Amino acid sequence: MKKQLTFRFRNLSFLMDKNSLFKIVGLTILIIVIMIVSLGIGQMQVAPWNVVKAIFGAGSDAENLVVQSFRMPRILLSVLAGAGLAMSGAILQGIIRNPLASPDIIGITGGAAASTVAFLAIFSDRSSSLTVSIHWLPLASFIGAVAMGFLVYFLAWKKGGIAPIRLVLIGVGVSAAVQALTTMIMLLGPIYTASRANIWITGSVNGTNWTEIQTLTPWMLFLLIILFIYARRLNMQELGEELATNAGSLVQKDRFMLILLSTALAGGAVAFAGGIGFVGLMAPHIARRLVGSVFGALLPCSALIGGIIVLIADLIARTAFAPLEIPAGVFTSAIGAPYFIYLLFKSRNN
Amino acid sequence: MISGKYSKLFGLVIGLFIVISLVWASIILGLTKITPQMVIDSFYHFDGSKEHIIIQDTRLPRALIAATVGACLAIAGTIMQGLTNNPLASPSLFGVNAGASFFVVLGISFLGVTSLTSFTWLAFTGAALSTVIVYVLGSMGRDGLTPIKITLAGAAIAALFSSLTQGMLTLNERALDQVLFWLAGSVQGRELEILIAVLPYILIGWVAALTIGGQINVLSMGEDMAKGLGQKTILVKIFGGLIVVLLAGGAVAVAGPIGFLGIIIPHVARWLVGIDYRWVIPYSGILGAILLLLADIGARYIIMPMEVPVGVMTALIGVPFFIYIARRGINE
Repeated sequence: MKKQLTFRFRNLSFLMDKNSLFKIVGLTILIIVIMIVSLGIGQMQVAPWNVVKAIFGAGSDAENLVVQSFRMPRILLSVLAGAGLAMSGAILQGIIRNPLASPDIIGITGGAAASTVAFLAIFSDRSSSLTVSIHWLPLASFIGAVAMGFLVYFLAWKKGGIAPIRLVLIGVGVSAAVQALTTMIMLLGPIYTASRANIWITGSVNGTNWTEIQTLTPWMLFLLIILFIYARRLNMQELGEELATNAGSLVQKDRFMLILLSTALAGGAVAFAGGIGFVGLMAPHIARRLVGSVFGALLPCSALIGGIIVLIADLIARTAFAPLEIPAGVFTSAIGAPYFIYLLFKSRNN
Repeated sequence: MISGKYSKLFGLVIGLFIVISLVWASIILGLTKITPQMVIDSFYHFDGSKEHIIIQDTRLPRALIAATVGACLAIAGTIMQGLTNNPLASPSLFGVNAGASFFVVLGISFLGVTSLTSFTWLAFTGAALSTVIVYVLGSMGRDGLTPIKITLAGAAIAALFSSLTQGMLTLNERALDQVLFWLAGSVQGRELEILIAVLPYILIGWVAALTIGGQINVLSMGEDMAKGLGQKTILVKIFGGLIVVLLAGGAVAVAGPIGFLGIIIPHVARWLVGIDYRWVIPYSGILGAILLLLADIGARYIIMPMEVPVGVMTALIGVPFFIYIARRGINE
């Protein structure tokens, strides 16, 4: 029996061994189970089977309402945001060839935070209510993320190329500056802006509605398709500059496209869910340990794991200190940073 | 640039003179008009007028704090760069400031800390903790301490602490109101008492910093070389780390996290006097004080009548510089 499945269609090509495929199917089942459990937990407890019924509108009225209108959107957002951040991180780690890169460390999240806070400050009047619809907020965050991605990319450009290490260092520096700007805007604006912005920066999926899901889903799907076309070029990037060039890959051009993709994925995620930290770092790692580093399998696997992480973080965030809600980002950071330390410790001899 | 023992000494004296003139300028310049005569009068014939109160309660503390904090952060940055052989090392990028902030915010919002002494000790604890974590993480492994590893470790620890800080603040909105200004890093609106409470530690830090220069010279030739010359490198590093904690922790306790000063100044100082740390360290102190005083005076004029937190000013000055260094390459 062949151990690997190959897909080839014109430009599209990837290969996945059966073992990885089983694992991805397993993770998909796991994420569905967690979604159902999480849909049932909260102020009103709903048994898993009733949750399934309520999803299809066959539960009691109260159950239908809670599950469909209140909990479903935020759970879907958790999955989408987690998946977006995780894939963004997987791409960056592939390009930079350093397991420690992630969208938050190179400042993409920070750029989004700055533009979000600026949006809140510019469009609030004296009585602290917004003068434009809040629905524009994600657009502002997205622009911030992409602008930051480009800024870091161009600042790291030197003599016809991007050296991955320079990209990381410049990302770290620029994001420190952007953070200072963010604090300043929060400080000069009304306190309402400050506390609202603060929640956004930490990352929270609280209060999501269906419109947001409808906006984010097509965007993510679109990026996903492009990403699968590019997956094999990402494999080349991982070989390193020289090998990839020798193998006929247009390293810098691909790198640009991939960074763009990574930024767009992270930008979409943080636009709606805020700066949920460390997911982009953790998820690709766990995925790599499960399915190895061939991107055809790594990307879907990272996406699933990213979704699971944010789902669980949000579940803890809304139940642990109930009725108080803590932004999910606090928990992802609380798990993520020790994980990061563990990674540094493990990679100490490489 | 400056060579010869006497001209370097002379340079230090001139630097000190500039610091004093800037302190004077910092007292006089600002939204409220102050004349030099008023400043002198406020010391000898205090009459309770608005100007005199502003001088004594606002301008003077502010100028002194800017000078002290600037010197502390710059010296801390210099020592860190010397010890780690990394031109990007500084208290803000290595998470020292973030660690200190986290502990201070924890104290204010959850432990109900109000006394200045405990405030200071919290900042020291946070600074020490993050210094140790970042250093240990950055130097693990066979190849020892590499610039990229320690920078990433610093960034991650800074990210961890700042997101925990933000988490606490979302739970406690009143605390957010109190600490937001402090978190931005500012020398304005701080009371002289805070500076006086921290000053003893800072002074110890300064004196210690002046004595460690020779040892850092040896260490910067490389760890193996230093060991070969009979230096107990571990001791030097621990001693240096303690100085960094005292100075960076003390500075954060007074002014909040002010970034980038610790990156810029050491480079300027080395450009001025060469690589001899016995001179680089005192020059850094003077230059740090000058830069922060200037940034603070500038912060009053940019969006008058409001003020830009000085931490934002230093970030805006510092980032182009940082990018320049990062682009030049960290191994040169």
